[in-house]
Amino acid sequence: MTRKSHRLPVGGHIDRSQPVSFSLDGRTYSGFAGDSLASALLGQGVQLVGRSFKYHRPRGFLAAGVEEPNGLFTVGQGGRVTPNLAGTSTALYPGLEARCQNAWPSVDFDLMAINSWAAPLLTAGFYYKTFMGPLRGSWMFYEPFIRRAAGLGQAANQADPDRYERRHAYTDVAVIGSGAAGLAAALSAAQAGARVMLIEQDWLLGGGLLSSSDSGEEQWRRQVIGQLQTLPNVELLTNTTALGLYDGNTLALVEKHDHERPDPQRGQAREVVITLHAKSIIFATGAIERPLVFANNDRPGVMLASAIGTYVNRYAVSFGERALIACNNDSAHRVALDLAATGLKVTLAEQRLELNPKSTELLKKAGVAVLTGTQVAYVLGQKSLTSARLRRITDNTELTVECDVLGMSGGWNPVVHLTSHTGIKPNYSPELDAFVPGGYASGHFGVGLINGTFGLRAAISEAAGIGRKAAMATGHSASNGAVPTLEGTDHSYSFEALPQAVAGKHGKAFLDFQNDVTTKDVDQAHDEGYVSVEHLKRYTTLGMGTDQGKTSNINAISRMAHLRDLEIPVAGTTTFRPPYTPVSLGALVGRHVKHHFRPIRRSPLHDWHAANGGAFIEAGPWLRAWYYQWAGNSAEAAYLEEMKLVRSAVGLSDVSTLGKIDVQGPDAAEFLNRVYVNGFAKLPVGKARYGVMLNDDATVLDDGTTARFSDTQFFMTTTTAQAAEVMSRLEFLLQTAWPDLKVNITSLTDQWAGMCVAGPKARAVLEAALPVTDVSDAALPHMGVREVSFNGVALRILRLSFSGELAYELYVPADCGIALWEHLLRAGQSFGIRPYGLEALASLRIEKGHAAGLELDHRTTLDDLGLGKMASKEKDFVGRELRLRDGLQDSNRWSLVGIECLEPNARLRGGAILFAASDELKGHGRGYITSVTWSVELNKYIALGLYHGGLRHVGEEIICAFPLKQETVRARIVSPIFIDASGARLHA
Amino acid sequence: MANRYSAFSLLKHALTGAPWQRAWRSPQPKSSYDVIIVGGGGHGLATAYYLAANHGIRNIAVLEKSYIGSGNVGRNTTLIRSNYILGGNTHFFEHSMKLWEGLSHALNYNVMVSQRGQIVLAHNPSQLDVLGRKGNTMKLNGIDAQLLDRGDVMRILPYLDFSNECRFPIYGGLLQQRAGTVRHDAVAWGYARAASELGVDIIENCEVTGFLENEGTISGVETTRGRIMAGRTAICVAGHSSRLAAMAGLRLPVESHILQAFVTESIKPLIHHVVTFGADLFYISQSDKGGLVFGGHIDGFNTYTQRGQFPKVQDVAECAVALIPGVSRLRLLRHWGGIQDMTPDGSPFIGRTPVKNLYFNGGWCYQGFKATPASGWCFAHTIAHDDEHPLARHFSLDRHMHGNGFDEYGLGLWTYRQ
Amino acid sequence: MNTVLAFGPIGSNSMLRINCPHCGERDYTEFRYAGDANKARPAHGTGDLKTWHDYVFIFDNPKGPHREYWQHVFGCRQWLILERNTATNITGASQLTDTSRAS
Repeated sequence: MTRKSHRLPVGGHIDRSQPVSFSLDGRTYSGFAGDSLASALLGQGVQLVGRSFKYHRPRGFLAAGVEEPNGLFTVGQGGRVTPNLAGTSTALYPGLEARCQNAWPSVDFDLMAINSWAAPLLTAGFYYKTFMGPLRGSWMFYEPFIRRAAGLGQAANQADPDRYERRHAYTDVAVIGSGAAGLAAALSAAQAGARVMLIEQDWLLGGGLLSSSDSGEEQWRRQVIGQLQTLPNVELLTNTTALGLYDGNTLALVEKHDHERPDPQRGQAREVVITLHAKSIIFATGAIERPLVFANNDRPGVMLASAIGTYVNRYAVSFGERALIACNNDSAHRVALDLAATGLKVTLAEQRLELNPKSTELLKKAGVAVLTGTQVAYVLGQKSLTSARLRRITDNTELTVECDVLGMSGGWNPVVHLTSHTGIKPNYSPELDAFVPGGYASGHFGVGLINGTFGLRAAISEAAGIGRKAAMATGHSASNGAVPTLEGTDHSYSFEALPQAVAGKHGKAFLDFQNDVTTKDVDQAHDEGYVSVEHLKRYTTLGMGTDQGKTSNINAISRMAHLRDLEIPVAGTTTFRPPYTPVSLGALVGRHVKHHFRPIRRSPLHDWHAANGGAFIEAGPWLRAWYYQWAGNSAEAAYLEEMKLVRSAVGLSDVSTLGKIDVQGPDAAEFLNRVYVNGFAKLPVGKARYGVMLNDDATVLDDGTTARFSDTQFFMTTTTAQAAEVMSRLEFLLQTAWPDLKVNITSLTDQWAGMCVAGPKARAVLEAALPVTDVSDAALPHMGVREVSFNGVALRILRLSFSGELAYELYVPADCGIALWEHLLRAGQSFGIRPYGLEALASLRIEKGHAAGLELDHRTTLDDLGLGKMASKEKDFVGRELRLRDGLQDSNRWSLVGIECLEPNARLRGGAILFAASDELKGHGRGYITSVTWSVELNKYIALGLYHGGLRHVGEEIICAFPLKQETVRARIVSPIFIDASGARLHA
Repeated sequence: MANRYSAFSLLKHALTGAPWQRAWRSPQPKSSYDVIIVGGGGHGLATAYYLAANHGIRNIAVLEKSYIGSGNVGRNTTLIRSNYILGGNTHFFEHSMKLWEGLSHALNYNVMVSQRGQIVLAHNPSQLDVLGRKGNTMKLNGIDAQLLDRGDVMRILPYLDFSNECRFPIYGGLLQQRAGTVRHDAVAWGYARAASELGVDIIENCEVTGFLENEGTISGVETTRGRIMAGRTAICVAGHSSRLAAMAGLRLPVESHILQAFVTESIKPLIHHVVTFGADLFYISQSDKGGLVFGGHIDGFNTYTQRGQFPKVQDVAECAVALIPGVSRLRLLRHWGGIQDMTPDGSPFIGRTPVKNLYFNGGWCYQGFKATPASGWCFAHTIAHDDEHPLARHFSLDRHMHGNGFDEYGLGLWTYRQ
Repeated sequence: MNTVLAFGPIGSNSMLRINCPHCGERDYTEFRYAGDANKARPAHGTGDLKTWHDYVFIFDNPKGPHREYWQHVFGCRQWLILERNTATNITGASQLTDTSRAS
């Protein structure tokens, strides 16, 4: 299908030799390489591209850049569906599939436009005043309708197939924005010898220069870019947005490659987030034009004047036959001239009474009809513009001007977002009627429009100086050339802030186009006392759209200030927050997705488990062997077989995840004596001891076993969960509190593989595996340790038991772990040895009454765990003093008990709430179950739990309530040590 | 109420074009009040409202250094829930939930209490046990709770990652259907309007610069708008509690930390519930406007700057995509920070202080917003009766002297410092 | 324009970058924070309940200059004391807490 082209025959930064085919709502269109989606659509005469958020009014493009509030599209298919992309800042690429949003069935005929008729009801904050009845909770009836009506595009419903990256970068000078000022500053800083990064959100360098019809300016742009490209110390980042400025001169950038259609299979990233540490930052972020406020200023065809300039000059779009430019400043005059040059009949409605004579002359010469002292009262036309009604300020006389396009300019807002991100509040500039940076942190500079420097030559000269200054601030002051000058003289710029037309019966005057906030909404907010700019924003939703109020905030603040009879700086501004433009979550995440969301820690024996039927489970950062196929196909089934094996013969389990800390030095024993509640000073060489550490507040930090290998060397083990915390805590004590102690500690967690041989036949296995080592009870009694050699490396044997069986923990250097593991399995084959996993390990210890897991929940104290007797009375230890607080010494605290199930056909469950048999089952009960297992030895469910008054209640019958499953089970409080209370097995 | 809100009043204004009245009066401060509440946030305004509504004390001023709701009531992720384990918390937060449920009616202001349900996820069997304890406790105290297995979660939240490549597979979850979200700003405005109607003076742009103290008794405050006398003075400035307390000579078990919050662009309905990740501190919901609102941990060091650090932004985004892979291409629209009081055990303080006629409310950590109505309710009681409310007695300032810390999550002492 | 505010000399760190006296300047994410370093831990074997209570639970929590503990956990594992302004996050000097063990 061919369409009438709305393009100029020559000019612009588009490549007419490269047509680009794309689609909108399933219809095929054609643009050119270099187009934005917006310019390509306008080039095909498509003006109506969206419907507004609340009233579903027809909308066209307002802008040509990132400030666009109206022209939002959903782009892509399947997992690549991306909603809410502004067509104005989306580079066109072949095959781009776009869809309009927020309209049904189409933007051209949108049934939701019925909202327009209800507009008088849908005023600011209307939802705070209604939807409350008839019943409490009625909101739940209304809300779904409102939710469905709200929202812009649709999110993808599947994982993103694309790839993202993150990187860090460092530079001397970062220049943000590549307009004339940015280019000059970058070149100047680079000529001084600094490493420079020039950051431009557009796909072309040049900023506003790209929208210029002046060949001299274009020549300058090419010349400077050419020079920058040859300099080795310059990095030019196009398609890269500075999202935010963070503390420490840190900029967050995002580099986008959508238009290059990156292929994830080839490792190409769709977007890259760069954390840039710059020594110095130059903000050349420019300014954004303000709309004028008049009735129906949102009609398709009403645009920012500068946007029209961009579409005409950069994209060679032609706009009908008649244009109206309405403004209060000189910048729009150039647009009028450019339009006249393309053959349009142009009328200029200037609010100001007096114009620069030179301007007037130029305009008249170009055939532009100039009306001074004239404002737009309202415009006519629904889905496209037909005419505008103008009003003379002096006598209120009106006239109608027919027009196909209306360019408006209410002045310029410097882009102060980034400079405000670290808390420097912007200042109001009365000359600009806008906010400028409230100052710069040291090493930060602004050039060009952000400072209110209008005029290219002035900006270039300012930027050349600042570029050099910024480079010098980073220690570079070479003189390798100068920034080229731009011939000619600057266009004059003057501006006058004048009251805007008040919307009357002719229609709504929009302040925030995307969120449909009108002047009436601001007036109403004022009536109701929502006068603080933050209240105004939050009450009317002003500035809360995808454009974050880039075109709306000042007009709204200005109106509120006017209503309050305050100066704008007193009325204030809302806080600018990152990101400057929206950034995809995928880009922020980089490759930290799926398995890579968080690092995975694996035991040195992991590969063996994986190859030999081990099933894994996440335990904190670790993947641990949960159970093995030999014992069953589910944890529920397998752990019982594994438990039986350990109780009846012998099993082998991986305990490499335990924290292992080497403690060395003349004061090592004293150090341990201080950190453990029990004594370690007198622990003999060749012996291990179980110890408990407290936090300063006397809750239990960790427990574990520490072995003494010499007078000055100890080997500490910690729980898996607390390993890092314990290490850090010990370092804190040594380095800040006790620097006098001669002790060094080193984490060996990753250096040693650990495994546990447990069961009545454990010694037999060891004897077979280590024939030259005497592992007899006499040589290696319970809690005995020794270091021997295995295949020429150190093997530490600690005879200690978590399961309650005769057991040995064996530690070898990590890379010998599998060798020892397999050796033990071979040697133990005739004794029936097999591996057992975490589930069995954790269940065996329940039978033995060892507190772990949920019993060590940072709330329990030594006494709560029944270990109060361990606390030494002879010495001080961490947590000693605060342990004595009355609340912690209360004998009714919930403390550790064993629980046995009294109902043969019922089961105990973790998380059940415990009641005395006579209690009413309500409230918080007397305790709860922390850990449950089926006891293979007792043939019933047993549990550990915390119970009010603890072991005082041994023998009492209780109720375990699990109302989530409508269960109540009778049980009995017993000692937590279910098996081998005398310890005969340990000492076997 | 002079200016009652209803569909009818909307229609009337729409037809007549008559202007609306101010939502709350803007009076000049008087020289003296029975009660001064320092801090015009959610808790301060709720306290004023309940003092007036429940205790008949109406000669009250709320002093706000900026605009009302400028602190955390306007910066949070709007979540309400009452799924707590520990005795004091269960009843306190359930009381709050009940007040939320009737709040729009009580205030004649639609604060949009949306009980869309919250699901806390478990990523291993042990977490499921913890959720079991939580849910059982809730049910035994008359609070709704439902334990979900993996299949249930898959059915209710099909957009979560159930693939084999998921780092922390989902084992199940706990649903509280009555949990949900509330329009946060509206809470401040609704309480302000209702309190103002009852005679409370809400005085914005009035910063307290000192306390008038004589022999351990507070008799008023110095402010940027002059000296104001008060029978009783209440501090309700979470985030800045330490600074205010220091003016009265008090040192607190509080550190000020930054918590960031995030919102994406507006999209059509995707997430109905509030979903809480179990593998890291992360929660997400969708606002009525369509943005996904989410948050995570505090940045981890004390600061009074209301802005966060970028690594935390990335960290929280990682959680979002790990939980819901389909949001990868959605774009973050805005992120901001609020300063919150952090306490050693993660629990707040509501009560008397060692200084006579001075009352303190603060230390809310992550849970200030959901507590707002109950906090105001109990604090009003404390101020009116010079005694703690039974529901908040355990939130005493001196609890750590007695070993009565109140660690709901079992995170341990100050462990949020990462 | 280009007014320089009192934000410290160029290259001075504000948050995100911490100067580890042992390893040099690093991102703050390599460190672990542990609070007020002005509070003196009661010496081993001393301290009554009130002293310990105040040490463990009570903080000045100033808005302004703050001396605080950080540990370079993903580096040299040294504990250091950093000066930082909690109103601006601007950091000042940093020093190791224990120079005897740093190598």
